[in-house]
Amino acid sequence: MKVNVLAFGIAKDIFGSSSVSVELPEYGTTGKLKQLLEESYPRLKKLASYMVAVNNEYASDESVLAANNEVAIIPPVSGG
Amino acid sequence: MSPQSGGIDVFIGTVRDATKGKAVIKLEFEAYVPMALKEMEKIAREAFYKWPVQKLLIHHRVGVLQIGEVPVIIAVSCAHRDAAFEACRYVIDKLKQTVPIWKKEIFEDGEVWVAAHP
Repeated sequence: MKVNVLAFGIAKDIFGSSSVSVELPEYGTTGKLKQLLEESYPRLKKLASYMVAVNNEYASDESVLAANNEVAIIPPVSGG
Repeated sequence: MSPQSGGIDVFIGTVRDATKGKAVIKLEFEAYVPMALKEMEKIAREAFYKWPVQKLLIHHRVGVLQIGEVPVIIAVSCAHRDAAFEACRYVIDKLKQTVPIWKKEIFEDGEVWVAAHP
């Protein structure tokens, strides 16, 4: 299935775009998505950390994704 | 202000002209707006739950900010000052941990996304 992944902050610089499309197996998890993204964009691995948000909520690696989910890469936040 | 309020604690964040001794030209803030609002609301609800808060404001700007401008304001009113101080501190600290907003520091020789790399 195809998942659209939004990117912000330094992730947008790494992807060179504010979103990327990722082909995931059916019932693909957030962990699988991170693994595929890191293969395509190794610079992700150099970040202090990053989270994945699904439908505006932080998601654990075990969360199962659906094609219509709003998925986003959340690099270390630095508001305030 | 409300008649029951005995104390209002306000935190105003301002853009500093240097970081780690290096001159900052300006800052740029970016937000994942829908999730940022959702996380801010969660923090506000936590503050109302933990302290006898009467009114609470969380304000954050995005875009380019010059030195001295104000990216963030937190204001909390409570019957007594202890709660107002504690709740205000809690809200700004938690905002910096969970709200998906990113700060880019722009220097003479380049720019850096704060906290991105170890």
